[in-house]
Amino acid sequence: MDLSYSPQEQAFRSEVKTFLKDDLPPEIADKVRRGVELTKGDMDRWHSILNARGWLAQNWPKSLGGAEWNAVQRHIWEEEAAAANAPRIVPFGLSMLAPVLMKFGSKAQQDHWLPRLLDGSDWWCQGYSEPGAGSDLASLKTRAVRDGDHYVVNGQKTWTTLGQHANMIFCLVRTDPDVKQQEGISFLLIDMDTPGIEVRPIILLDGSHEVNEVWFTDVRVPVENLVGEENKGWTYAKYLLTHERTNIAGVGYSRAGLDNVKRIARSARHNGKPLIQNPHFTARMAQVEIDLSAMATTNLRIISKAAAGEAPGVEASMLKVKGTIIRQEINDLARRAVGPYAMPFASEAVEGANDGVPDPFEAGPVAADYFNNRKLSIFGGSNEIQRGIIAKVKLGGGR
Amino acid sequence: MNFDLTEERQMLQDTLRRYLADKYTTQVRNDILDSDTGFSAEIWNELAELGIIGAFFGGEHGGFGGTGFDVAVVFEELGRAGVVEPLMEVLVAGRVLEEAGHSLIEDVIGGGVHLAIAHGEPASRYDTDAVETQFADGKLSGRKAVVINAEAAEHFVVSAQDGETTSLFLVASDAAGVTVQGYPLLAGGRAGEVTFENTPCEALDVAADTLDRAFGFGIVAQCAETLGAMETATALTGEYLMTRQQFGRPIGTFQALQHRMADVLIELEQARSAVINAAGNLENDARTRDMALSAGKNLLGRAGRLVAEEAIQLHGGIAMTQEYELAHIAKRIVMADHRFGDTDFHLERFIELSTA
Repeated sequence: MDLSYSPQEQAFRSEVKTFLKDDLPPEIADKVRRGVELTKGDMDRWHSILNARGWLAQNWPKSLGGAEWNAVQRHIWEEEAAAANAPRIVPFGLSMLAPVLMKFGSKAQQDHWLPRLLDGSDWWCQGYSEPGAGSDLASLKTRAVRDGDHYVVNGQKTWTTLGQHANMIFCLVRTDPDVKQQEGISFLLIDMDTPGIEVRPIILLDGSHEVNEVWFTDVRVPVENLVGEENKGWTYAKYLLTHERTNIAGVGYSRAGLDNVKRIARSARHNGKPLIQNPHFTARMAQVEIDLSAMATTNLRIISKAAAGEAPGVEASMLKVKGTIIRQEINDLARRAVGPYAMPFASEAVEGANDGVPDPFEAGPVAADYFNNRKLSIFGGSNEIQRGIIAKVKLGGGR
Repeated sequence: MNFDLTEERQMLQDTLRRYLADKYTTQVRNDILDSDTGFSAEIWNELAELGIIGAFFGGEHGGFGGTGFDVAVVFEELGRAGVVEPLMEVLVAGRVLEEAGHSLIEDVIGGGVHLAIAHGEPASRYDTDAVETQFADGKLSGRKAVVINAEAAEHFVVSAQDGETTSLFLVASDAAGVTVQGYPLLAGGRAGEVTFENTPCEALDVAADTLDRAFGFGIVAQCAETLGAMETATALTGEYLMTRQQFGRPIGTFQALQHRMADVLIELEQARSAVINAAGNLENDARTRDMALSAGKNLLGRAGRLVAEEAIQLHGGIAMTQEYELAHIAKRIVMADHRFGDTDFHLERFIELSTA
């Protein structure tokens, strides 16, 4: 048992720190810190800076232009990136689609799509959820019918994150409606410029535009854009979801969030004293910090196993549940900390939209973030679904 | 023991509930939220015509209510419908004017005057005693924070240091040296940072504890409004659980969700009782009154958060969208914790009173 990082890991951490200090544009970090919405240009710029260093595709093999980091290295990156207010790497193409293509895609698909992910030629979004298929994803209804060299796609996807920026979407579609749900699903790559596709914004409760509806009307998709075999899409989808769950614990975000709460509590005053001296508030903070310190170690325990080649199982579900509870609790602390100044509507908005909205603690849109991050326990398999998985696996009485 | 509403209050509740159910649809409210003023003058006038503002005040000043239960009945309905019109402001500022015997109160009851209460300051947080705004030579100078309805108000009720004591003043919004920097609020409506610089004002002849009493009404109103909003959140969630199908059946048939819904329903009844305790003790001695008020605000803060968060979670993604009714209702519930003292502030006040 040794809780410390190896000398190599420590050297890696300082390399990461130096890179973030030298290469992360301060104006982008400032936007992230203040909760200002990033433009597509900001995200593209950060991706290209990372790609120049060879650190964009962190889990890809070096032979394909990736960094080939192990789980511990990726964890160190995530901690340092969150502390430095670096934007999150948009995961849909790089860390979700790419592993599927590497494992199940044709040589031609790999040769065509993977380099375009690195150089930013394509922006991918994920076409999984539908209005009637959320937790019960396998009940999806978007239909693809073979017509000569094409599939004709009709249906609707929803909660499509950053779909407004995307030129490509990977979709789960139903190719056989007459078999068991999971056995009639295929995995298609669809060009968003194809006639018949319409993207409609969904405005979230904090006023932000992160997600969209994507509608398909007689959209013709060339058959060479089928990944793997027809009707085997569910296998690929499940494989992809295991990659969706990397950095699921969000330790870096929680640490950065808790630091911010402490910073606010030092300058806010409560009944004439600094809030950070208030026993009720500090008790709330301490409880979260204690939970976080244990969860961070759980996370590292699982990461060391993963680095040694063991696939994470039910532990990923545990981290999702605990990690989101902790992050949401920190959002709750931040809105409490600013007191009456939680009420003004500072949106996670475009530059300049919050001019004139008072923010005496430079806290950013903490109340908007509190509401926005209710999504954490809903998306990527809701916490109820995760608890179901944990119980089924651990009790062993499952189907 | 009788927990039924009197006939008059029942009528008031029925009338208001019917009016709001007809008029205050999600679409109407979303348009109001997007508007520059943050409220609808038409709805404001209609509410005044229904006598809603009159219910806040006693008969001697042209009202027809003025007790804690009158206020609670009205605000529960306002909360149920997610109303953003600034009625809380005429209640709290109006109670001060009523105690001062000010002639403005009749116009207030008729809906012809907008008010704002300018008390909290940038550094005071929820502390009602920390006033740095100064009164000297008949003029006010200082800054007030998050003054709700600051832009529409024709008059501000302002607290200021007058030598050793804190006194209350009335200021016309167009008086010299008044600056309002306005902005929208997360849960609807607007507020502003208000600065006074050698501003002429009228001293209000009221008792030292007038503001405590007025804030007591504010706390009852805020708790009742939150209760009403929690009722809507609970109703929407129950309906959704029995409608939304996943895995071939309504999600409300899953026991894990049923038990959580049951906890929400239990907390809702706790909240209802806490509002009754607070409203019923408003005329009691200061210690009993303040304990009931702090108990109510603390309990509503805790139960409100649980209900808002569980309502969103049990719905899933749909509750995260701005156009769905629950989004606004959940924001009203949680943001209520930031007015008149939050959960922790009232926990501390309760501890202080109950251990005294």
